[in-house]
Amino acid sequence: MNQLSVTAQKQWHLPKNFIKLLVISVVLLAVCIFASLAFGSRALAMNDIISGLFNADVQTHEANVVRQRIARTIFGFMCGAALGVSGALLQSVTRNPIADPSILGVNTGAALFVVCGIAFFNINSSAQFIVFALAGAILTAIFVYGIGAMGRGGATPLKLVLAGAATSAALSSLVMAVMIPRSSVMDQFRFWQVGSVGAGTWDSVKIFIPFLVIGLIIAVVTAPALNALALGDEAAKGLGVKTGTLRVIAALGGVMLCGVTTALAGPIGFIGLLAPHLIRLMIGPDLRFMIPMSAISGAIILSISDVAGRVLGSPGELEVGVVTAFVGAPVLILITMKAKMRAL
Amino acid sequence: MKQTHTFRADSLIAGYDETPILHNIDVTIPSNEISIIIGANGCGKSTLLKTMARLIKPTAGEVTIGGTPIQKIPPKKLARVLGLLPQTPIVPEGITVTDLVGRGRFPHQSFMKGWSQKDYEAVSDAMDMMNITEFADRHIDELSGGQRQRVWIAMALAQQTDILFLDEPTTYLDITYQVEILDLLTDLNRKHGTTIVMVLHDINLSARYADHIFALRKGKLIAEGDPSSIITSPLIEEIFGLKCSVMKDPISGSPFVVPIGRHHNKIRKHS
Repeated sequence: MNQLSVTAQKQWHLPKNFIKLLVISVVLLAVCIFASLAFGSRALAMNDIISGLFNADVQTHEANVVRQRIARTIFGFMCGAALGVSGALLQSVTRNPIADPSILGVNTGAALFVVCGIAFFNINSSAQFIVFALAGAILTAIFVYGIGAMGRGGATPLKLVLAGAATSAALSSLVMAVMIPRSSVMDQFRFWQVGSVGAGTWDSVKIFIPFLVIGLIIAVVTAPALNALALGDEAAKGLGVKTGTLRVIAALGGVMLCGVTTALAGPIGFIGLLAPHLIRLMIGPDLRFMIPMSAISGAIILSISDVAGRVLGSPGELEVGVVTAFVGAPVLILITMKAKMRAL
Repeated sequence: MKQTHTFRADSLIAGYDETPILHNIDVTIPSNEISIIIGANGCGKSTLLKTMARLIKPTAGEVTIGGTPIQKIPPKKLARVLGLLPQTPIVPEGITVTDLVGRGRFPHQSFMKGWSQKDYEAVSDAMDMMNITEFADRHIDELSGGQRQRVWIAMALAQQTDILFLDEPTTYLDITYQVEILDLLTDLNRKHGTTIVMVLHDINLSARYADHIFALRKGKLIAEGDPSSIITSPLIEEIFGLKCSVMKDPISGSPFVVPIGRHHNKIRKHS
């Protein structure tokens, strides 16, 4: 019996493929760091990277480019991790495989508030963007949840997604209405709206850190209860989960992560959808493992998209939001087709 | 052996939205026995079960364990005493048997402690009891209906509660699996003394497996007691509006309800 428990313990502790996935992820992360430092509108040689990284005395143009790219790389990782975890949280809360901050309208809500801020309140600093984007994200989330919760049966996954899609469509037309007559707003907003980590500096990294940490803590702490919620509301209540409180906390965490990312880097779609989904396919649906892996894979996907955008768009660059949308759309279609066959 | 609890509902009124489905119900669940709630569709069987399992908040009256209203017990603490298997729980995509059964340990765990040796043992015992150890690493989607139901019951068993509620645990299953599930639940009750309360559709299986029957009609409790003393043709006619003849089950000796229809209404003698 004792021996059996020991072997069983090993099996239960880690999902199948977890170690393999972890190793692959770490290797990919390293590759991403290197690629993100080396590639861009100007490709750098290995010794430039090394001297830029480790030799503070070297003041060549190349070395400075590397230093600037370090901030961008870290910022990109943070954005990707935040979006990946945000997607995992929102998918769990709505119990819907295609729930993504952008699909639930949260990103568009954040965008609308930022546009209004630029147009009517002359906001221009990162901190102001965060305040407006967060307010927009949270209000939109509450609004979408409110609509989805109306009528019999409460906020079912399907009603939430429909409410999100409708809200998102309405809000994006409002964004257009505010922006189009104002060419200066349009210029400022245009770059932000597409989603770019190119603007990432040490300042944005610093502002980001507390939000990212709080969001990750919420995600990790709620993971076991969210695992129970995945069995349905009745089963979760039977296991002693306060489903209402749990939903509010986890949704707040998810909305905050995506709201802040949106504020600092603009709306970057599909990573919140893609990262958790890939991880679920590989290691199964246990959120205690899915959440950290979604963070890592989100960082990898965003980083690859960013580098791809720099290489493909050379001599300028293609914003990362364009790249993720391009890759994400077909994946969304695939997931939806699969999800139709087995609804969560 | 599982603990004995005084588990009762007093003048319970409950329902969905504002429409009450249960009208002033008083029940005391016999401890360490198998109770089965029977009644016609829409009579409030599931509502009674869900209200007693704290899924529905009663509009009036209360459900108490050992004198304490269940709404006042912290949810996780209550979940260590009172377990529940809903009628249609959701299978997360790609989940394995062990992962699913392990989720039954949630009320015993805290964030700081994580998985303990006791948790692993509870999961492995529950899987042994339901004979699903051989499927441990399989995906739930690959299992048959009967196997799947055994996995769900194992999940509820891993919770190690003294009282277990099951909402129609045999629905959608072939007769073979219905008997198998009910036999396993009886084993659980006889071996561990777990108090079992369930809703069943099949009146004859209910009569065979129940120690105690609660008969509901239009949200009211109209009879309760051990099957052989309460199941009579007038009672069945009152509950279901169906004429019938009640005989003795030749295998178990429990009451056996044979319906009388318009085309089959004579009692035939064996030749």
